[in-house]
Amino acid sequence: MSNVPPVETPADEKPHRDAEALRNEKETADSKQRLVKLVVGLVGLLVALAIIGTTFQALALYADTIPRILQGLIAVVAGVLGAAILFYFLNMAVEGLPRRASQAVIPFAFLLPALLLLGVMLIFPTVQTIHYSFADADSESYVGFQNYVDVFGDPAFRSSIFNNLLWLVIVPAMTVVIGLVVAVLADRLSTNGEKVSKASIFVPLAISFVGAAAIWNFIYAYNPPGDNQIGLLNALWVGLGDLIGAGLRPVAWLSVSTLSFNDLLLMAIVIWMQGGFAMILLSSAIKSVPQETIEAAQIDGANEWQIFSRVVVPQIRGTMITVFITVLVLVLKIFDIIYVTTNGRADTNVIANLFFQEIFRTGDNGVASAIVVILLISVTPVLIYQVRHFRREEANR
Amino acid sequence: MSAKTEERGRTGWFPRIMMVLLALLWTIPSLGLLISSFRPRIALEQSGWWTAFFMPFGKEWTLDNYRTALLAEDMAGSFINSIVVAIPATVLPIMFAAFAAYAFTFMSFPGKDIIFVLIVALLVVPLQATFVPLLTLLGPEGLGINGQFLAVWLLHTGFGMPLAVYTIRNYMSTLPRDIIESAKIDGATHFQTFWRLIVPMSIPVLAAYAILQFVWVWNDLLIALLFLGAGDKSTVIVNLASLLGTQGQGAEVLTAGAFISMIVPLLVFFGLQRYFVRGLTAGAVKG
Repeated sequence: MSNVPPVETPADEKPHRDAEALRNEKETADSKQRLVKLVVGLVGLLVALAIIGTTFQALALYADTIPRILQGLIAVVAGVLGAAILFYFLNMAVEGLPRRASQAVIPFAFLLPALLLLGVMLIFPTVQTIHYSFADADSESYVGFQNYVDVFGDPAFRSSIFNNLLWLVIVPAMTVVIGLVVAVLADRLSTNGEKVSKASIFVPLAISFVGAAAIWNFIYAYNPPGDNQIGLLNALWVGLGDLIGAGLRPVAWLSVSTLSFNDLLLMAIVIWMQGGFAMILLSSAIKSVPQETIEAAQIDGANEWQIFSRVVVPQIRGTMITVFITVLVLVLKIFDIIYVTTNGRADTNVIANLFFQEIFRTGDNGVASAIVVILLISVTPVLIYQVRHFRREEANR
Repeated sequence: MSAKTEERGRTGWFPRIMMVLLALLWTIPSLGLLISSFRPRIALEQSGWWTAFFMPFGKEWTLDNYRTALLAEDMAGSFINSIVVAIPATVLPIMFAAFAAYAFTFMSFPGKDIIFVLIVALLVVPLQATFVPLLTLLGPEGLGINGQFLAVWLLHTGFGMPLAVYTIRNYMSTLPRDIIESAKIDGATHFQTFWRLIVPMSIPVLAAYAILQFVWVWNDLLIALLFLGAGDKSTVIVNLASLLGTQGQGAEVLTAGAFISMIVPLLVFFGLQRYFVRGLTAGAVKG
């Protein structure tokens, strides 16, 4: 054995050892780099937080001395840039963790800002509201279901629920119909005709509820008889009276609660606003209906109405449902238009406005919370539908 | 249905007349406001706006309403406030939602499906359900930022998050996956892949959502009213709503104020219409 020169093994092992040393070196360099990243990331995170915090504190302190435009500018830069920098350092810190940990944590670093905001701004307060709805006006002691009993016993609430239901029955369906009519008609015009007519329907979509209320003010306005009418509807009404010699008196339209007529007038404003939304979606859905399916129906001798109702509509049903649900959710929590026009007078109140009045008029957190919980419960079917729909879509992906 | 060349010749009078009627019906209300905003107060109170429309000469026209609205009613200040509110409230949710959408599309982690379903559910939760606790949380007994722009930015960012994540993820999941795989092989970190590959490829949906959110925030009344109030930080919409409340004295100022409040969203809508329509259809038709 001693004869055997032990030459080969070390020679063989040497490069191996070198490689290992190299790898070790690399790993230490890597882990050093990681450590640096982790430290720089964490320090950067803290420094950025401190700077952003100080900036906003300073803004609040010197609000009276700094011109508003400059304040706004500082706030915009600090807010947007600050968020970006925060995220940059957060990511650096996560990348600085050991590889395994880093891989596991990085999705949550990407999710953190979104989940944090969802948690603080939506989930926590919603749960808290449900909680408050079983407590007294100052949320100090439990009162069981008393708030709900009070709410359902209140005629103002029952009237609001009825109005909300009326809105739900009429507005989403009418919006889909209007959008469909415009989409179909515009599709048959010349290219320019289509552009202009679509644009005119599209404009109100950009207008706020408050702006819309200001606009429709000039339609529904009322002046006492004898004065010139400045509202278009009353001018037409009185003019019609003159024409047929009946002497019709001007009407304060938004006060006419017979058969919920004033509700219908307010709904007209919202349909006017949302028609453009329905039109855009339905128009693009109609345009993507394959031409062959229509030609096939034509060859089979179908007339236009049959083609529309049996070939086109089934193929755009998904979009119609989407529009319907979007408007439904909008109408369920309709607030602005009521708040700025009638503020619930003349039997036009809705739940969301009643809630607003409850917070400010009586300051009763319990009752206000109970009202929105009822609103929350009434969206649950839509919520379940959305989740199911999403699941189906995912399965088809 | 869009075989234009073939159908144009056969377009009957019925669709044309119907469409003209509808377009008129849709335009007349806004036209009334626009004309009224250039009429002096007395004319406004004594005759309908259409009299000025049909007899435009010899009538008095004025810019006073705009002057009063901008200066005396401080619409100019509110205008700046609205911009200060709307820009961060548009950029922040998009940035955060894009990060989250990336994670939902290209990463795997425990609880992914449940969290996303939760976000889908949050899409329809009425915002009113959050207000009572949030007034406490942001108020003097909580964070003490109620009445500051920061509060409204945070609220709009949080409230906009479900739709933003949902829409952006829908779009991202149509991007080719192998590009991301090859970036990974080349040693790119997720952070790099996100900024250099995914964000540039997602510009259409980001732009579309930006328009939607911007106009939504600009036009919002409820949140601005509750969390900024009607003081010197009031947005154009809150200011306009208080003008509506004090009708009678200021009907002529209201008309000009309403137009001032509409200029920005209208410009945004028409300037970026193509992006907006594309994004809406991409997001909604699928969802």
